Amino acid sequence: MRWPRRRHSVLPGFGLTLGFAVVYLSLVALIPMAALFLRSRGLGWGGFWETVTTPRVLAACRLSFGAALIAATINAVFGFVVAWTLTRYRFFGRRLVDALIDLPFALPTAVSGIALTTIYAPTGWLGRALEPLGIKAVFSPLGVVIALTFIGLPFVVRTLQPALEDLEVEVEEAAASLGARRRQTFRRVILPAVAPALLTGFALAFARALGEYGSVVFISGNLPGKTEIAPLLIVTQLEQYDYEGATAIAVLLLVVSFVMLLVINALQRWSGGRHARGA
Amino acid sequence: MGLRPSTAEPRWVRLLLVSVTLLFLGAFLVTPLVAVFVEAFRKGLGAYLASFADPAVLSAIRLTLLAAGIAVPVNLVFGLAAAWAVAKFEFPGKSLLTTLIDLPLAVSPVVSGLIYVLVFGLHGWLGPWLQAHDLQVIFAVPGIVLATVFVTVPFVARELIPLMQEQGTEDEESALTLGASGWQTFRRVTLPNVRWALLYGVILCNARAMGEFGAVSVVSGHIRGKTNTVPLQVEILYNEYNFVAAFAVASLLAMLALVTLAAKTLVEWRVAAAPASIFAAGEKP
Amino acid sequence: MWYGHGMANLRGNRLLALVCGAVLSLAAVTSVLAAPKTGSARLLNVSYDPTREFYHAYNTAFAAHWKQQTGQDLSVDMSHGGSGKQARGVIDGLQADVVTLALAYDIDAIAQHARLLPPDWQQRLPYNSAPYTSTIVFLVRKGNPKGIRDWGDLVKPGVEVITPNPKTSGGARWNYLAAWAWALKRELGNLDRLQDPAQAAAVAAAQDKARAFVAEIFKRVPVLDSGARGATNTFVQRGIGDVLLAWENEAFLAVKELGPDKVDIVVPSLSIVAEPTVAVVDANVDRHGTRQVAQAYLEWLYSPTGQELAARHYYRPVRVDLIDPALLQRFPALELVRIDEVFGGWVQAQKTHFDNGGVFDAIYAR
Repeated sequence: MRWPRRRHSVLPGFGLTLGFAVVYLSLVALIPMAALFLRSRGLGWGGFWETVTTPRVLAACRLSFGAALIAATINAVFGFVVAWTLTRYRFFGRRLVDALIDLPFALPTAVSGIALTTIYAPTGWLGRALEPLGIKAVFSPLGVVIALTFIGLPFVVRTLQPALEDLEVEVEEAAASLGARRRQTFRRVILPAVAPALLTGFALAFARALGEYGSVVFISGNLPGKTEIAPLLIVTQLEQYDYEGATAIAVLLLVVSFVMLLVINALQRWSGGRHARGA
Repeated sequence: MGLRPSTAEPRWVRLLLVSVTLLFLGAFLVTPLVAVFVEAFRKGLGAYLASFADPAVLSAIRLTLLAAGIAVPVNLVFGLAAAWAVAKFEFPGKSLLTTLIDLPLAVSPVVSGLIYVLVFGLHGWLGPWLQAHDLQVIFAVPGIVLATVFVTVPFVARELIPLMQEQGTEDEESALTLGASGWQTFRRVTLPNVRWALLYGVILCNARAMGEFGAVSVVSGHIRGKTNTVPLQVEILYNEYNFVAAFAVASLLAMLALVTLAAKTLVEWRVAAAPASIFAAGEKP
Repeated sequence: MWYGHGMANLRGNRLLALVCGAVLSLAAVTSVLAAPKTGSARLLNVSYDPTREFYHAYNTAFAAHWKQQTGQDLSVDMSHGGSGKQARGVIDGLQADVVTLALAYDIDAIAQHARLLPPDWQQRLPYNSAPYTSTIVFLVRKGNPKGIRDWGDLVKPGVEVITPNPKTSGGARWNYLAAWAWALKRELGNLDRLQDPAQAAAVAAAQDKARAFVAEIFKRVPVLDSGARGATNTFVQRGIGDVLLAWENEAFLAVKELGPDKVDIVVPSLSIVAEPTVAVVDANVDRHGTRQVAQAYLEWLYSPTGQELAARHYYRPVRVDLIDPALLQRFPALELVRIDEVFGGWVQAQKTHFDNGGVFDAIYAR
């Protein structure tokens, strides 16, 4: 039991703060989201199912889920290396690099999209180098992955950093003194300890990538069935005045996001529990 | 944190990892940032500065400041209230509430805008009523403010909750025992305890509020000089083949990002060892 | 630092009340600001992407004209974006006094979905409510290295075609229909055969060929931008593709803005008359009390000044009798077909080709 039970009731303000939080959240977020569900209900269950299972929607979802998954995986791997380097090593410019991690978070997505396209287009700095290798970085699924990796990076690094800082060096020392090699220590001691945080970061990056729109439309080719992402499909449906179709896809994305977040919170509790036991 | 030889990697591994970090971040983070500034200064400092003389750009900056100026304080109050309720008390549905607070983080920006159109649009729930009273919410400033508020809901609360849970309730209880009122306790004990996390949350909230594109784009109506925020103005300038101005205005937001990051680094310095990440994996022991 | 005072002023409930009040009163303030003032008038013109430069010039000219006529100061607010997106904005409550969109279908949608103007709006102004027209031409790399002269050359091996997405861009729908019309003409020799019931079998075969031809073109499209401007940027700035299908006015503007040293315009043998249409949004002007000025604003588009400004911005004026023939020199002659003749009008074309499950979807379904 992580929170001793009755002890808190001494404090005042529970009703006021909870009441305010719930009312505010309802007004700003929950009621508008309910509008989304009600609107898509106009289709009926059959119509909803039919809308979200057309080949075009399925292809868009495959790309969105697939690219988000790949991007989140890239971020998990490289994000781990980045977080590890930033917490464990001291090198020139470390603080600046650390500060830069949040950049994708603060830069408007449209600007990120335009900047990434400028760089990775065949005329751009990196695109010029990639083109002779036969790698098409923009207007291809790879472009989607690039944009989503950019968007998701801070989530993984920022989740891992506190967890890595939290690791007790003594445990590693103990492992080393018991004859474990560095690689074994890493696999048996460090990785299990930060695994929940890594999973959390992965899930957050994935959830964020699933819904990303602004940066992707610039760098993706937007070809139906090939490089069209699910949020773009919502926009496309809206352009045709098909509100029911748009809300149906939106509901699908919303439900998936919500489930992702529930999983994230479960992971965080698990990670919190592990830390508590480890200390 | 002193590293001892027995727990350190061989030198070549360290070099390799540092190089991978720098290369990866170079390709993904630094080049886009540099690209923004290079494009902005392509025609020299004069053209760069001239971009900000456009009244449409100035009005976009004003609107963005207004939206952030409302969204940040509102979410600050909400964050404090929600964190107080969630961190200091036990109640059923707490996990659900925390998840719902997080939800705007993961909702597609397109959807965030769409939900307000469905509520306030001409054919939405409140549309006919608003129309009858001659009130305009979407395609006007209130809609932009609402969309900005929505996307920035989680930040302050998300920052405070883990910290306040970790700090427990002993300090507040002592203050109450010593005869302080509830309000005094909150102001004199709780607030100072969390002030850096609070500031950190405000900084992130502000950055996101100023940079939001997708959700605002859906509810803006793009009326030049009236309902365009800075990110929308960037897109418009870009579509007008005015690349220097587009990137110049974008560089303003990139600089905001850098200033925000600098401010945050400063905050982190002062908080020293305290956990300061919004994405901190749960509370610490 | 800018976020500092927010915390210093923190006084709990009072601040909260203040903020809530501020949000609510904002709505009221905006509505007050939007209310018409005597002595000055305000119009909101909701338009599509490529008209920015034209209406920028036209608004200044018309405001001067209006001031002279009525003594009233007029300021015109502009909103630009993809045509469909703009129409949706008006349907959802964007307070447009006039709409000047890429195609009649989008204004039809406003009439049909929101009933903000009558279904017969297109009969209210001369020339089908289209004060200027345009057509679809090609933009190719300087010197035309791939030798693209006509629609048939688009499907030559190794040619990459850039067009925006017909689902989201009005211009792209004209591109698509122009290509289709050219293929029909190639198959049938004479488009009059379309109206002849006796030719039904030949027409059906030609429609199949046209469909295959359009599908072949879209196979060569590496990027479908959501709007015309995005596509132009992709072609010129990013250097993607060999030929851009574009509005004639966009092609001229791109050459002017982005460098005559980079691209050339190629005029195909046959193209379609693109009619960007304009309309007063009745429900909105009645509420704003701007009907008179909105009406005058659109009618003046047909005046010599309006027509000349349109021509200067590379739109083909409908009243060629009103303007300097020298100004018309810039428009190359080519065979132009009309959507009503070949596709039975916009409603039919939209339903057959662009709606969910239409021909365009089928092209990509394979």
